[in-house]
Amino acid sequence: MGTDTLLGLALGLPILAFAGVLFADRRQNLREAVSLISAGCLLWAVSLLYRPVLDGEVIGLSWAEVMPGIEIAFRAEPLGLLFALVASFLWIVTTLYAIGYMRGHGEANQTRFFALFALSIASVMGIAFAENLFTLFVFYEVLTLATYPLVTHAGTEKAKAGGRTYLMILLGTSVGFFLVAIAGTWLLAGTLSFTRGGVFPPETGPAVLSLLLVLYVFGVGKAAIMPFHRWLPAAMVAPTPVSALLHAVAVVKAGVFVILKVCLMIFGLETLKAIPATTWLLYLAAVSILLASLVALRQDNLKARLAYSTVSQLGYITLGALLATSAGIAGGAMHIVMHAFGKITLFFCAGAILVAAHKTEISELDGLGRQMPLTMGAFFLASLCIIGVPPTGGTWSKWFLLLGTVEAEQWLLVVLLMLSSLLSIAYLLPIPLRAFFPRNGVQATGPVAVREAPWPSMLAIAVTAIGCVLLLAYPTIISRLIQVGL
Amino acid sequence: MLTHLPILQVILPLVAAPSCLFLQKSRLSWAFTLLVSLAAFVVSALLLQQVMSEGSIRYSLGGWDAPWGIEYRIDVLNAWVLFIVTGVSTAVIAAARASVESELGASRQTIFYTLYLLCFSGLLGIVATGDVFNVFVFLEISSLSTYALIAMGRDRRALWSAFQYLVLGTIGATFILIGIGFLYMMTGTLNMLDLAERLPAVESSTAVLAAFAFILVGICLKLALFPLHLWLPNAYSSAPSIVTAFLAATATKVALYLLVRFTVTVFGIDFSLSALPLQSLFILLGLAGVFVGSAVAIYQSNIKRMFAYSSVAQIGYMIVGIGISTVAGLQATLLHLFNHALMKAALFLALAGLVLRAGGCALEDFRGLGRRMPWTMGAIAVAGASLVGMPLTAGFISKWHLIAAAIDSGFWILALLIVAGSLLSAVYVWRLIDAAYLQGPDKSLPEQGRNEAPLGILIPTWGLVLANLYFGVETSLPVTVTQAASAYLLGGAP
Repeated sequence: MGTDTLLGLALGLPILAFAGVLFADRRQNLREAVSLISAGCLLWAVSLLYRPVLDGEVIGLSWAEVMPGIEIAFRAEPLGLLFALVASFLWIVTTLYAIGYMRGHGEANQTRFFALFALSIASVMGIAFAENLFTLFVFYEVLTLATYPLVTHAGTEKAKAGGRTYLMILLGTSVGFFLVAIAGTWLLAGTLSFTRGGVFPPETGPAVLSLLLVLYVFGVGKAAIMPFHRWLPAAMVAPTPVSALLHAVAVVKAGVFVILKVCLMIFGLETLKAIPATTWLLYLAAVSILLASLVALRQDNLKARLAYSTVSQLGYITLGALLATSAGIAGGAMHIVMHAFGKITLFFCAGAILVAAHKTEISELDGLGRQMPLTMGAFFLASLCIIGVPPTGGTWSKWFLLLGTVEAEQWLLVVLLMLSSLLSIAYLLPIPLRAFFPRNGVQATGPVAVREAPWPSMLAIAVTAIGCVLLLAYPTIISRLIQVGL
Repeated sequence: MLTHLPILQVILPLVAAPSCLFLQKSRLSWAFTLLVSLAAFVVSALLLQQVMSEGSIRYSLGGWDAPWGIEYRIDVLNAWVLFIVTGVSTAVIAAARASVESELGASRQTIFYTLYLLCFSGLLGIVATGDVFNVFVFLEISSLSTYALIAMGRDRRALWSAFQYLVLGTIGATFILIGIGFLYMMTGTLNMLDLAERLPAVESSTAVLAAFAFILVGICLKLALFPLHLWLPNAYSSAPSIVTAFLAATATKVALYLLVRFTVTVFGIDFSLSALPLQSLFILLGLAGVFVGSAVAIYQSNIKRMFAYSSVAQIGYMIVGIGISTVAGLQATLLHLFNHALMKAALFLALAGLVLRAGGCALEDFRGLGRRMPWTMGAIAVAGASLVGMPLTAGFISKWHLIAAAIDSGFWILALLIVAGSLLSAVYVWRLIDAAYLQGPDKSLPEQGRNEAPLGILIPTWGLVLANLYFGVETSLPVTVTQAASAYLLGGAP
């Protein structure tokens, strides 16, 4: 099979899955089978692209030319492939998990749920393989619209209010800033194609470039840089599988992926270093990391704490991109993967706790470790992955980020990074600790016979938790791609 | 037959109008009007195709050659505008039956369709003719019938709006007539091409300058260029819904065509730009229109009125394009003329459906509309996105061309202001989306079930919506035609 066909498959399969799920409608088994099989095929198609991309083969597709020079076109390149690999792998796992969760929780409108899930993955593939900013923007907006009904899935007033914030911030920033930045790029550079080393002619003034960079960083609201992060905690009203795949992997990673790609292939590292705004945005990212960590410390709701932790960790990736050193970019790209595995495990665990023990607050978790040892064990491992210590893969990304910061000689940032690592220990580790070692006199509360969540969910948790550990041993799968991409 | 297409375009609806009076049955007169409109659309499509392949067509009425007889002259520009007007009219009339029936009652429908056909033929006449006095005649035909159509609106405010428009419209038409009189006095001809040839010899005279000023102001009144737009919001919001959809998508477009025709063809672009500081005047007034129109639109609670102010803003964009006065700028104007007709017709038709079902179109009526009328609201959402200029919709294409044209001529700030104007339109469109999908139904009202507009309205509306999407991706038809038209007008190529 030609590699171009594979790329077409990677883009088309989730759309087929969307149609298939709608067709299966209320036939539950068929619907879930369609989801799982297409997820499997997608991973197969994307992973077959791995070797050719490493060899530097040019794989591209063009769908339509909207205007001269502006087309809907796709190209498989290392960074995008990395994102697509992570998303398609975790789609399988999440589908597995969602089957257990949705059945166990008896949710309504499951067809809509699985169908929109597939549509979201389709837009993620579009974003990952976009050849130019125009294509990327189109799929970026589709992703927002496709995930909105998932956020408001519960249909309650609270869900609707959350969904409104979600839509308003994501659409507002993308139309108000991102689209403007794209138009500016087109006018200055005459092209929107991602090009290694940047697209701007060397005589472009630093003031204009600064303005564009600011517009990009704020315009990509999905990267959740403060003060445009409010949508992410608001989106936590969604069912847990949605929070897990979309708000730990697909949507937020689409955001930071765009930032990475814009820094690397629209500005180019050399240009980026020379722009005055870069330094300011670096500090903004650092502030975002610290503030979000502090807010996370004060959250008692488990999902809210995880959400603020995500805001903070996304700051790391943006910071890595803005450092404009190869180690920084590598660290940022790696953290996309590491954080994805860690955070999805954490959300899976939060969902398992909700389904099995009906608990949402951290203060209620005392002693739960005895009833759900596997879940809480996985939670512990994943927390280590987010913090960035062995035996988990998070070690690598944090290491490269630190290296990048030192390389860029941003000593203040080095201190800030250390500080926020300590903070992440403080907001994550107490959760499993409380579960395993309840405070004196506190007995396990709630239903007497709390047991682990249904087996499909447990299987999903096991896969991602083991993934966290394996990534420590085999980081080369990722780092080789990044090396080719840089 | 094919050689007579130019006159067929105008005479068909003109003859149809009185014939319609004899059809007493209201449904019959609707079907008749639709048929005539469709035929006119086919004629205009043939004309466009002929002009694109063989160049301009000259047609002498009754075999009397110009300058004795009246000459119809179809080039790429009028063929394009004729195509837009007839196309929109067909879609609007296809949707008209249910809405007209409920808003006008049984007795006045035949009169309505007669007036509509008169207005339609007037607009087509203005565009097709190559004779300036003929322009005035058709302008009066279309204007008088428009006043009557607006006055047919449901509440008594319609009478006042129609009267207001009548006063201002008559002033505009009179100005145009005075200007034409001056031109005739100076050159002894009424034929546009002859005028263009003879004017340079006398262009330094005050009479020509006065003629230019009178005609310019007269057209700008009909065009509703800021600050001469005061009649438009009242007229649009109190006219019957179908009339609003038709006028918003065609009448201002025809006035815009006249502006281009007079400034570029008759007076010549060099004279127009040097006689008055037209470039900065158009850019400034256009921008003022964009900002004032959009800002006022944000605060409207009547949605028909809101989109009327939005029309003032969109006209501003087109005027800016003329103000840039390069081939690219004029092309952007002509593109937006087409795209704006598509989106506004879709929006006002959807509103017609809403008025039919909900009895009004205040912002309150939009609460929970996403559930009650999903197709109607879907149409409003997509056409609204096109109005804002989201990628993959037609609105994006014309805004993009306009910005590119501004940058090409070095107007950086103008480009930024155009973008800022789009953001304002995003605000007022967002209010509808927010109310329809996100706020949920009004708790104080009794629960309402699904109550979708009739298929008769939905199908033409969605036809227009799909056209908005189609021309947002596959742009070769409008782009080649407008490119040819603006190059022809400014470059003097055949």
